[in-house]
Amino acid sequence: MNTPRQQWQQAYDESRLREGTFQTMSGVPLEPVYGPEDGEFPGQYPYARGPYASMYRSKLWTMRMFAGFGTAIDTNQRFKEIIKAGGDGLSTAFDMPTLLGLDSDDPMSLGEVGRCGVAIDTLADMRDLFADIDLGGITTSMTINSPAAVMLAMFVAQAENAGVPRAKLGGTLQNDILKEYQAQKEFVFPPRQSMRLVRDTVAFTAAEMPRWHSISISGYHIREAGSTAAEELAFTLANGFAYVELARQAGLPVDAFAPRLSFFFNAHIDFFEEIAKYRAARRIWARWLKERYGATNERSMQLRFHTQTAGVSLTAQQPEVNIVRTAIEALAGVLGGTQSLHTNSMDEALALPTEKAARIALRTQQVIAYETNVAHVADPLGGSYFVESLTDEMERRAEEIFAAIDEMGRGSMLEGCIAGIEENWFQGRIADSAYELERNFNRGERVVVGVNRFLEGNDDDDLAILKITNEDESKQRARLSKVRTDRNDDAVRDALDRLAKDAVDPEVNLMPALIEASQAYVTVGEMMNTMAGVFGRHVEVPTI
Amino acid sequence: MTQESMTSDSGALRVLVAKVGLDGHDRGVKVVARLLRDAGIEVIYSGLFQTPETVAAAAVDEDVDVVGLSMLSGAHMTLAPLVVKAIRDRGSDIPVVLGGIVPNQDVEELTAVGIAAVLGPGAPADEVVEVVRRVAGARA
Repeated sequence: MNTPRQQWQQAYDESRLREGTFQTMSGVPLEPVYGPEDGEFPGQYPYARGPYASMYRSKLWTMRMFAGFGTAIDTNQRFKEIIKAGGDGLSTAFDMPTLLGLDSDDPMSLGEVGRCGVAIDTLADMRDLFADIDLGGITTSMTINSPAAVMLAMFVAQAENAGVPRAKLGGTLQNDILKEYQAQKEFVFPPRQSMRLVRDTVAFTAAEMPRWHSISISGYHIREAGSTAAEELAFTLANGFAYVELARQAGLPVDAFAPRLSFFFNAHIDFFEEIAKYRAARRIWARWLKERYGATNERSMQLRFHTQTAGVSLTAQQPEVNIVRTAIEALAGVLGGTQSLHTNSMDEALALPTEKAARIALRTQQVIAYETNVAHVADPLGGSYFVESLTDEMERRAEEIFAAIDEMGRGSMLEGCIAGIEENWFQGRIADSAYELERNFNRGERVVVGVNRFLEGNDDDDLAILKITNEDESKQRARLSKVRTDRNDDAVRDALDRLAKDAVDPEVNLMPALIEASQAYVTVGEMMNTMAGVFGRHVEVPTI
Repeated sequence: MTQESMTSDSGALRVLVAKVGLDGHDRGVKVVARLLRDAGIEVIYSGLFQTPETVAAAAVDEDVDVVGLSMLSGAHMTLAPLVVKAIRDRGSDIPVVLGGIVPNQDVEELTAVGIAAVLGPGAPADEVVEVVRRVAGARA
């Protein structure tokens, strides 16, 4: 029987490595990982030290910068620039109306069209968004939740019209509706009806889109809304367990879809706590998938995650200092073994980033990747008495929260998550933690440089910030109006009738009806309203 | 009995904290609501996804002393003036305080359309309470 180190060595030797000399600045050669012969190594269950044996020696994390603005034509230009610059992945940010399933000419959309992402109303916009881009040759990430099924349908329709079969499409749909009710609050339908749409997308992609990642389970927004690190960890993984149970209920074997799940965590300013959080996340996911859900494929057990630095840690005061905060947070993500990373720009407590601020944010990642040598050694903090202890403590606190959720669901994490949303349990805990943090700040126990200490320099206010006009809004409304005039009204009516009929029967998968509606140039708003006619709408009881 | 003496009789100001438009960021509005409540102010929360009309109607119906608008999506230059207008169209002079992600460059224009005060990111609790009291006092 080989020792864990020998097993790791074998896996490492089989890995393809990137070019580079792995040594310190002064020429000290570095091992790919350090640890005792019989310890745990990266790529070994339960993966606290990383999902892969070779980690960043095979491939650095992906520097995935999230972008999108204005009309589909504007964003298409940006996408082409990214591809020309060597990018092989596109990440689409949608505007608020699209995220909430509203058309650009809806009265509620006023002031929001194309503002913090691209506006998509119909297949015509999807066609412009991906014009002259080979959807079979790149991966496309779409950060959208309530209308995720609609956007996936439009994407498939566009690709197939362009001659790319759905089976060849690679990418990720965020599609994590549970955290919308808990934290980000971009919900449309009630939780159970939304979960039916998640089920439909998971089943559809598992059957027909083998390269597609159906859900990106996101703690980022939970943390931004005010949770603690342990709550972010526990709520996110609990949501992940809920999706696993949902897919199993739909008859999918766990190993048929779990390898296609990925995660998205926050990197906040408490450096070691964040690193411990990522390490604990991998260990918990592996154990639960194996022990509770019976996974046997190790890809099902290996938690892979994207990281974004904490927007909420940025300050409007002395904004240049945010570069430092972001660098420290990004470093935590890297030392915690993230697979991809978005770094925020220094001006994001004020507005969307300028090009210069976004470039500095990307440069921050490049300094970490190429100057510091921190990526040479996997899990460099593994074995630290402190970090190991904090990892255990994160796991212990998360397990306490899982027990509470499991109890709410009477032995079902899926039911527990839905009950916790309906009873405002998650929302209340997040608001309590946010207020506690605020009170610590107001008492001066939590120092924020430039805000409650070290205020000299706060009056300098010369940072150039991005101004967005309302021009795109009228442009997009005109485009939508033209589509409404040009399309075949009978086809629209037939497609919406079918969608309404399919929505009534919970056994029917809605993806085919949504793809048909997309092809008929039915708008996002029309599809969402038709489904809302059957599903109803979620109204959050306002609680302080 | 004047508005002012009613306020001092009951000992509590009434504030409506509100979210308009599609902006779902509710961390700030909830923290501010609790801060005001802990300072002895009566707080009503509108909930998410309100329109300028529903906020104005609630403010007038509830006879609040101040409306606190929370906006973090960048739509404040479009929506905040509409809230002020909707309140004035109802013949009311209830002042509107705006908080959230609002660059300093926008403050002048917001003041010109009748926003009584702007509280930017990082405003401490004392300042939030003080501004609400001052704005309410100026009206009476």
